[in-house]
Amino acid sequence: MPFTQLTDRLNNVFRRLKARGKLSERDVDEAVRQIKLALLEADVNYKVVKDFVARVRERAVGREVLASVAPGQQVVKIVHDEMARLMGGERAGIAFAPRPPSVIMLVGLHGSGKTTTAAKLARHLSRQGRLPLLIAADLRRPAARDQLAQLGRSHGLPVWTGPTGFTPPEPDSPEAVRATLDIITSGLSEARTRGCDVVIIDTGGRFHVDEALMEELKKVREVARPAETLLVLDAMTGQEAVGVAETFSREVGIDGVVLTKLDGDARGGAALSVRAVTGRPIKFVGTGEKIDDLEPFHPDRMASRILDMGDIVTLVERAEAAFDAEKARELERKLRRDEFTLDDFLDQLRQVRKMGSLQELLSFLPGVGRLRGLKGLDVDEKQFGRVEAIICSMTREERRDPSIIDGSRRRRIAAGSGTTTAEVNRLLRQFSETRKLIKRLTAAGKDARGLSRLMR
Amino acid sequence: MRRVLNLGRRVDEELYEELVETLVSGDTGVQAAEDVVAEVRERAGREGVADGEGLRRLLAAVLAERLGPPGDLDLPPPGADPAVILVVGVNGSGKTTTVAKLAWRLAAEGRRPLLVQADTFRAAATEQLRAWAERLGLDLVHHRPGSDPAAVAFDGMRAARARGKDVVLVDTAGRLHTRKGLIEELKKIRRVLAREADGAPHETLLVIDGTTGLNAVQQAKAFDEAVSLTGIVITKLDGTARGGVVLAIRKELGAPVKFVGVGEGCEDLVPFDPLVYAGTLLGTSGRVQGPGASSA
Repeated sequence: MPFTQLTDRLNNVFRRLKARGKLSERDVDEAVRQIKLALLEADVNYKVVKDFVARVRERAVGREVLASVAPGQQVVKIVHDEMARLMGGERAGIAFAPRPPSVIMLVGLHGSGKTTTAAKLARHLSRQGRLPLLIAADLRRPAARDQLAQLGRSHGLPVWTGPTGFTPPEPDSPEAVRATLDIITSGLSEARTRGCDVVIIDTGGRFHVDEALMEELKKVREVARPAETLLVLDAMTGQEAVGVAETFSREVGIDGVVLTKLDGDARGGAALSVRAVTGRPIKFVGTGEKIDDLEPFHPDRMASRILDMGDIVTLVERAEAAFDAEKARELERKLRRDEFTLDDFLDQLRQVRKMGSLQELLSFLPGVGRLRGLKGLDVDEKQFGRVEAIICSMTREERRDPSIIDGSRRRRIAAGSGTTTAEVNRLLRQFSETRKLIKRLTAAGKDARGLSRLMR
Repeated sequence: MRRVLNLGRRVDEELYEELVETLVSGDTGVQAAEDVVAEVRERAGREGVADGEGLRRLLAAVLAERLGPPGDLDLPPPGADPAVILVVGVNGSGKTTTVAKLAWRLAAEGRRPLLVQADTFRAAATEQLRAWAERLGLDLVHHRPGSDPAAVAFDGMRAARARGKDVVLVDTAGRLHTRKGLIEELKKIRRVLAREADGAPHETLLVIDGTTGLNAVQQAKAFDEAVSLTGIVITKLDGTARGGVVLAIRKELGAPVKFVGVGEGCEDLVPFDPLVYAGTLLGTSGRVQGPGASSA
């Protein structure tokens, strides 16, 4: 989970604050010092930290805070608000050109994840009903165009790698820039022919101090006239994140940032720093290696997650995306009629899995940060696979009516699924418990008082 | 840094405070920075250093000591078994390029390297390494996308013996150190290599992007725990990143830094030199440069 270290340290500071009924200016100063250290250890830029803690302090020592009933709580709220503000406050979306195709250009250092992000973004937009075309214009890294072409092929996204018979020249030669521009202009006309309304350009990466790259990107910008230029930035970048963002912003001009590799345990520095330095918001975050692992960025939700206040809104959105409304209605019917079978059980399991890994889902819940390190929270994701295998090794009759599963059937199922009879037994027991619970719930549902009794 | 330590500057509290800030802004982390400055302060008092220039030299020396020994590969001489280098790291850190650069270096020293692409996950990983193999005139062993990386490692070892290669360089898929399943996969690759040659892998190198912040410490710890690192390669130090995280890593881990990647050319990988690195970290002595940099 990202930001756990920052979350833990801030939690400690807040716990001490909240334990006090009254706060003096000195208490606030000590807390501010601790927050400063926590942010620095989280790779937040030095200058950004200085400004941030100064603002928090100024607001926290105000009369209405120190004199309030729960001053510690107030300070936490101030930190939360300032953090959300630091990251831009409101969610910022993608701007589209008034006349299609809208061009989105991705820039960034090598290894930041431009190519993967390009494919993810195309997928995201096509799911919203747009027709994207990817242009592979990175002639610097060997096989970068192959990578995008393969990603496109396996996910049904069109990729333009240049006119037929195109062979890339040596990188850094004058021909290379011309060839890059050729790919882009031919790609743009291809997009018009195909009627694509969004074009996503993957560009070459290198170091921002590299003049040749900056010149190339400027030229690409002139030719492509992007509605959006997005900087792709590795979330694990350290103090240099600010330098990178500043340089791209100054030299090429950017409209927003995509923060990648946020599925690791990044400390949050880049997330908290870039907006303050460039004035440009983070628009998306990359949260995994799969094509769908790209999410819109919400500053306030991120602030809540960093401060271990949970992010229920995102969790609900995930659930909505993963669960099929039609299936849900059918399930409800089955539950009412007490027809819930192992097949339905498996179905449910698969839908939950679609929402993300359990570890990740847990990270959306408030207060989970404090439980971290407890045994048993380290969920074994493989368990799901085993349950799936067990159910799939049953016959249709067995799934419909598990009561017929005797000792010999249990042995067969265990052998077929590569598990043990003990595991098969456990699953069957769990399933019968679930059914009992459902029966109680549906019975309670018919009687509102019963339900409220159950909730208590 | 030059501003902080200009010649005539008096050595006082404020100066030490600024030194800590300078180090932290180079990704050393607060803890490591404070340790270093505490030692500098103590030695400055003992050795009577009172001006900015003296302090700069002292600081560079303290840093160099903490950064560890100069780096080089530690491979068995050509013999019955091929030497094996396993290259690991998170996504986008520069593993493939590092593998190519190492191979070029070894070939220049008269060894016969074989490239093995055990990254069967990322799209076009093989094509990328093949482009290098063609450029350098080296052999490449690879499988289809999606196949078992440990099986590629196995075939690589067999191929090396059959073709009389004396160094096998194994490139692996980028993986975040927090992904348990992928780390297990890496352990399996290592087990296969260990079975195929005595003492293999002889080098297990973690490639870290030089712009990474303190997260690099977690990366190093996790990879070391999984596959016992013998060394670290810091890449992409041709930008303005100062790579101070090495200081934080050295504080936690035994594995030394062996190479520094400073450019895109195959010759742009230089053995780690603590004094030069200290200069880079302080921003006083120019940047680490590869032979390719002079022509640029």
